[in-house]
Amino acid sequence: MVARGRWRGAQHLIKHGRVRWAITGRSLLLPVQYAAFPVALLVAWQVCAQIGFIRRNVLPAPTDVALVWFDLITGATDAAARYSGTWLDHAAASIWRVFTGFAWGVALGILAGLLIGLSRVMERVLDPTIQVLRNIPVTAWVPLSLVFFGIGNAPAVFLIGLGAFFPVAVNTTHGVRQINVTLTKAARMMGANQRELLFRVILPGALPSVMTGVRLSMGIAWVLVVVAEILAVRSGLGYLLNDAYLFYRNDVVIAAMLSIGILGFVSDRIVIFVRNHLLEWNRLDTFGGQN
Amino acid sequence: MARISLRHVGKTFAGRQGDVAALAGINLDIVDEEFISIVGASGCGKTTLLNLLAGFDIATKGEIIIDGAAVAGPGPDRGVVFQQTALFPWLSVEENIAFGLRLRANKHKGSPDKIVERMLERTGLAAFRSRRPAELSGGMRQRAAIASVLAINPSTLLMDEPFGALDALTRSIMQDFLLEVWEEERKTALLVTHDIDEAIYLADRTVVMTAHPGRVREIIQVDLPRPRRYEMRSEKRFIALRDHVTAIVRDEAIRGAVEMRTSATADVW
Repeated sequence: MVARGRWRGAQHLIKHGRVRWAITGRSLLLPVQYAAFPVALLVAWQVCAQIGFIRRNVLPAPTDVALVWFDLITGATDAAARYSGTWLDHAAASIWRVFTGFAWGVALGILAGLLIGLSRVMERVLDPTIQVLRNIPVTAWVPLSLVFFGIGNAPAVFLIGLGAFFPVAVNTTHGVRQINVTLTKAARMMGANQRELLFRVILPGALPSVMTGVRLSMGIAWVLVVVAEILAVRSGLGYLLNDAYLFYRNDVVIAAMLSIGILGFVSDRIVIFVRNHLLEWNRLDTFGGQN
Repeated sequence: MARISLRHVGKTFAGRQGDVAALAGINLDIVDEEFISIVGASGCGKTTLLNLLAGFDIATKGEIIIDGAAVAGPGPDRGVVFQQTALFPWLSVEENIAFGLRLRANKHKGSPDKIVERMLERTGLAAFRSRRPAELSGGMRQRAAIASVLAINPSTLLMDEPFGALDALTRSIMQDFLLEVWEEERKTALLVTHDIDEAIYLADRTVVMTAHPGRVREIIQVDLPRPRRYEMRSEKRFIALRDHVTAIVRDEAIRGAVEMRTSATADVW
């Protein structure tokens, strides 16, 4: 009887809600749900390093990384030696590159996506080229962009922009294409001119898809900034990571990795925040909008 | 003097197996403030005809004159109510109603705020003004769509099966709502529908169309007094009209089906 009751309950949950949350329910405190996995990971890592399972200069303990990280940022203890207190400059350099490259890539991507989505002629002119270039991994552009732009910010910003361009262009095209034709008909019927049609119907209608592209682009931008900084510039978290690797400072390497992870995560949250703000309407009739 | 006049209107679409005539030899005169309904079996070109009047499509033969000028494209003098509700999902009800008024083409039509207020009042949507279309029922959505079209004050109202997606009860309520609005605003109205009761109940004249190609088979004068009331649907005169129209539409639908079958067989051999 008990088992049967539970099964009914499960059926009810499968029918009426997202199963994975429903099963754990609210019985576990939220902070515990969030903290359990990362804490377990850190503890396991600490234990591995502590008992000498892995040599400490190969895999430094979380506590070592934390100390080095603290010095990287503040320059207070000299634990990071030659890198002491350099974190802010490196982080700022990376963030600047990511957002500059991202900005031009997204802007051109939206422009190209609109052109291809709105005009069959532009589709024939632009789309085949974009589809071929899209399949070249952006990292394959590194040698050419170094030759072309030299060492410095330019190749980094170029690569990041290139990486950001394709997802936005493809998703914008898709967004424009899936706009309900009745809406454009209604706007024309009410007397909308081309400009009004673009800004009041096409752009808002394509926005959910555009934002999907923008989010993908942000992820790619953080990958490419590290690639560019390892190869093309002498600043930024990617440079710090590679330089520390050459000096066998794995604690600094890990601190740099985690810094990139956190900054990437924060960037993604910013994109999501902007998206949710712009697309509040889109949550109403989609699955993602249900709690 | 007719406000809207269709002369020998024909429309042919280029198909993969040659041209397909959707409409041929349509003649129709519509006077100011008249309510015309168009019925016919599916595929008889009634939506094509409405698209020509709206200006979304251009006739391949003949001409359509509205207020003395040939139709060259869509415009705010002809408001269209679509079957698939044309509300912008990112705008609230009141923003949707104001949409047309905020366009340059309608700047001269007065303060959007005042007109929106009046439309919300008239359509009973005042309490739902800040809702998004996704938060409305089907009937309320179509009310909002009608309000957004009426807001730009078109002289002609074109409706393409506006209540086709609604359940029977909501549909009959919406028909009375439409009549009520029309009695007040008095526009030239043209309604395309496959619902024969609706076609008779709302219209001054009902145009019955035939298929392949679409032609006018018969124009029926609906001599029921106005304002119309729901009870009229069970009166003798209404039933007689309905039976008459039903007989023609059924006859056409069956003939169409037979034709299709024979032409399909011909294709096979």
